[in-house]
Formats: sequence, C-alpha cells, structure tokens
Amino acid sequence: MPLIELKHVVGGYGGAPILNGVNMAIEASDIGVIVGPNGAGKSTTLKAIFGLLRVTGGTIDFGGENIANSLPDKLVPKGLSFVPQEKNVFTSMTVEENLEMGAFTRSDDFRPTMDWVYGMFPVLAEKRRQPAGELSGGQRQMVAMGRALMSKPKLLMLDEPSAGLSPRYVIEIFETIVRVNKEGVGILMVEQNARQALAFASKGFVLAQGQNRFTGTGPELIADPEVAKSFLGG
Amino acid sequence: MDELIFFINRVLISGTVLGSIYALGAVGVTLIFGILRFAHFAHGDMMTMGAFVAFVLAAALTAMGIVTPLPMGFVVLPLAMIITAVLALGLDKGFYAPLRERGARPVTLLIASIGVTLMIQGLTRLIFGSGTRTFFESESKDIFRIDMSWAGGSRPISITEPQIIMFVVTALIVVALHLFLTRSRLGKAMRAMADNAALAQVSGINTALVVRVTWVIAGALACVAGTMLALDVALMPDLAFNIVLPIFAAAIVGGLGHAYGAIVGGFLIAFAETMAVFNWTAVLRPLNGILPEGMALPANLAVVPTEYKLTVAFVILVITLLVRPTGIFKGAST
Ligand SMILES: Nc1ncnc2c1ncn2[C@@H]1O[C@H](COP(=O)(O)OP(=O)(O)OP(=O)(O)O)[C@@H](O)[C@H]1O
Ligand SMILES: [Mg+2]
Repeated sequence: MPLIELKHVVGGYGGAPILNGVNMAIEASDIGVIVGPNGAGKSTTLKAIFGLLRVTGGTIDFGGENIANSLPDKLVPKGLSFVPQEKNVFTSMTVEENLEMGAFTRSDDFRPTMDWVYGMFPVLAEKRRQPAGELSGGQRQMVAMGRALMSKPKLLMLDEPSAGLSPRYVIEIFETIVRVNKEGVGILMVEQNARQALAFASKGFVLAQGQNRFTGTGPELIADPEVAKSFLGG
Repeated sequence: MDELIFFINRVLISGTVLGSIYALGAVGVTLIFGILRFAHFAHGDMMTMGAFVAFVLAAALTAMGIVTPLPMGFVVLPLAMIITAVLALGLDKGFYAPLRERGARPVTLLIASIGVTLMIQGLTRLIFGSGTRTFFESESKDIFRIDMSWAGGSRPISITEPQIIMFVVTALIVVALHLFLTRSRLGKAMRAMADNAALAQVSGINTALVVRVTWVIAGALACVAGTMLALDVALMPDLAFNIVLPIFAAAIVGGLGHAYGAIVGGFLIAFAETMAVFNWTAVLRPLNGILPEGMALPANLAVVPTEYKLTVAFVILVITLLVRPTGIFKGAST
C-alpha cells in the first residue's frame, strides 16, 4: 500500500476548481517530483493534501484513511509535514525556536530529533541562537526543512525548495533531500529546476491545468521527447 | 533639594504609576493585534470591567468583615484576574470569534469592538450607576514618607502603599510575561503565530488555543491595569475609556505585536505626559536668584496645561507614525 495516494482529487479556492482530478501515489522510499507550467496547480496540489484549501472531490489516502480536508494540526501528528515556498521561517525567532515550533505537536522528548537535524545541517547548529530572519536564503531553506523534520514526518512535502537559491545551494538542498529520503522519509516536492530534480526522482508527475499529463520515473520523463519538448524546454 | 524631592514625587512616582498602567494595557492591545490582527478598541473598557470585578470582590470581602493587612483591591486581584480573563474569553466567543469564522476583515472587527465598548459602558452604568466610587471607603491609603532632612530637604518623598504594591506587581508581571514568551512552549507558539500565522498553522500549532491564551493574558493584565487605575484615582464607568488613546499610542510606539515594545512604549508615553504637564517652575525656582533684575520665571512653566494631557500621547503617536511607522521595535503592522 502506498504511503499516500491521491485519487481523482478535485479542489480549489472557492471559485472554479483548480485541481480537476489529480492522481498520485508515493511510497515511503519514493522521491516524488511534480513539474509543470506556471499556474498548473502544483502548489495547489500540496496545499490540498495539507488541508489548506477545500477538496470537493476524490480521496487522499494516508496511513489507511482519507485525510481530505483534515487540518494541519491533525495531519502533522499523523506524519505529514509541509515546507511552503515562501515565508517558511519565523523570522523574529531563533533557529532553535524555529525547530521547536516544528515539534509543537509532540509531547515526547524532541532533543534527539533536533540533534539529528543539526547533524544534517551543521551550519544551523552554529547559528542556533540567531534570529532566522538574519540568515541567507539557503540557510533559511535549511531552517524551513529542519522545522518540518522536527515532527518526524513519514512524508515531507516541499514547494520549490530550490527557488531563488544560488546553484551551489540548489545542489546542497537536493543532496539533503536525497539523504532525508534514505533515512526513510517519503518526499513529495514541486520543482521549477525540473530536469535537475527529475534526475533523482523515483516518481515524476507532469501537471497541467490541474490534471496529470505524464507520470513515470524521473529519468523516464526526461527521456520522453514529448515531455522534454512541451515541459522541459526542449 | 526640595526641588528634586518635588520632582521625584510629582514626576518619577506618578510617571511610574501611570507607566505601569499604560504598559499593562498596551501589552494586551499589542498581543491581540499580533495574534488576531485587529485593533481592540474595547480594551480600555475591559480594564474598567476588571476594576469593577475587583471592586465587587473587595466590597464583598469587606462586608463579610474580613480585614487584610494589604489594601483589599490587591488581595482580591488574583481572583479578579481570573474572572476578567473568563469574561474576555466570553467577549471573544460571543462577538469576535463568529466574525472571524466568517472571514471578517480587521476593520469589521474594529467596529465590532467599538460596539463592545458601548455595551460594556452601558452595562456598567446600568449595574453600578454613573457615579464615582473608591476602593478606600473603609480602608485608608497608608502613606510612607521618606524623611530627606539628612540631605537637606525640608519635605519628605511620599509614596502610598498602593503605589509601592503597584510597582512590585508590575515588575512581577513583566518578568512572568518574559519567561512565558521565551521559555514556555505556548508562549513561543504565541510569538510564532504573531510572526507568521500561516506558518504557525502549517507547523501544526493549535492556533485556536493560542487565541484563547491571548485573551486570557490580555484580560488578566487589563484587570490589573484597570484596578491599579481605580486604586490610584477612582472607579467610574468611563475610567479607562479615557486612556485608550495613550494605550494605543504606547502599543504603536513600541511596535505593534511586540510585547516588550508595548512596555517600553507605556512608560515612555506616561513619562512624556507627566513631564509635559509638570510645572517646571517648581524645580527651576532657584534660577530666579541668578536671573537679571526684573526678570523672574513665570508662575506656571508647564509644556501643556493638564487638561490637554491627552494631546501628548497623540503628538508622540503622530511623530512615530511619520518617522518610524513600525515603532521602536520592529512591529508587525506591515
Ligand atoms: N490563494 C489563492 N486563491 C485563489 N486562487 C489561487 C490562489 N492560489 C493560487 N490560485 C490560482 O490557482 C491556480 C494554480 O496555482 P498554483 O499556485 O497551484 O500554481 P503552480 O502550479 O504552483 O504555479 P507556479 O509555478 O507559478 O508556482 C492559478 O491559476 C492561481 O491563480
Ligand atoms: Mg507554485
């Protein structure tokens, strides 16, 4: 049974639906990457899973139940985490406090998880007492990911984690994502650096106008001449 | 020396009393703004409400023949804080929460809070009449006089017992608030939500709980501030409505959403007001000796007449908004 499965999900922001039947299945061992043109509904798909907008049709199965329209404070303890694309750190709070907020739903000792996060991002350990707003873009992205990992998720969702980062940080963030996945966390992410991300994706989804156009492994999609021509810029 | 003593009595002590009241009121305003993003206009009346709760409790204990070493107003304060916190939760549940659930914009909530202001004032007049009352019907205010003759002063520094307790209570509350916001899980969640409400929700923070805690703190502090004001002056239905402007000025000057800013802003506005209405002639009188023949200091050298005290807060507010709209500390107003 997949970790998460979207079956014909329909939803939007109150007006006409933005998602017109999205299908996806991710295993715990998967890195799923969603690509597609601007306005295709990529971010909307992640938000729909996370209960940030109304799902009006279809089902989202996670951990054996339909979680459609559940709110984040219920989803986080179930093992779902989300890193939004923008404004994804508490700028006035220290790095460590940001991480603590990620563990808000936990009542057990989260120190080991925090050490694990610091182990993954050593630079954050150095800056643990610094307000997150003072960090560079790449370091903020690490804080955002670290915060999301503090709840020990089964599935980590990321919206364009490499947006606005210098090439060096893009590689670093992608490498970290692969490493997190190797430790048993399923990944579902949206990326604009499509070729680069699909290269390490075990599941790739091309989304357009709120529907799946192509589904396959990342390398398969890159190799598909039609996908390459219409969605990966030749 | 007497000039200095006069200054201490009239500016330092009065300013600190007023500053404590403004600070505790402004913290509530700033927390509510940080979490719920609207200007809670009825905050002054929540203070008045708290003062009346304390008054009723104090009167009840006195009627039961209970005599306490401390002023009754302070003895009943913890219980009054709890009751006022519950009333504040009730106000939110009854009036603001239903509007928020329908996606009301901040301006709608502001107008609703003006309605709440009128309602609270009407209710207090209905129940208690519009007259002035005092906590000191059966007790007297103990006055401590610190003899200053050793320093060449002919009069004492005088401070009342309620004033001393006020300073202690305010200091305790500021420390407790600081520990709460920086050490406790819920306090940090509150700062997180004021910083970025959407991300707080995404992190799984129970935002409804944070909202409730905000009202509890705002209500409890409003009760302390209102009771202090009533102890220092007198109790009447429009007691704190009259100081809504300086309290909002304090919150804005300190940076909306910023608790420490509100405390600093409260004392800043209070001292500015106290010094603006202070008759500086009293302190500068010795200068008369060195002034040339025929020239003397005027009898009253206050910057503004006492009746216009309120304009001081207003002027500081306008200057802040022009020069540094985010306040001393960077606030959440943008
Ligand atoms: N909060 C919102 N309210 C209403 N409509 C929205 C909202 N957010 C997005 N939309 C609309 O939903 C559609 C899909 O947007 P979405 O953000 O999912 O696109 P995307 O695939 O992530 O694109 P991009 O690559 O630009 O991030 C767009 O037409 C957009 O205008
Ligand atoms: Mg997007």
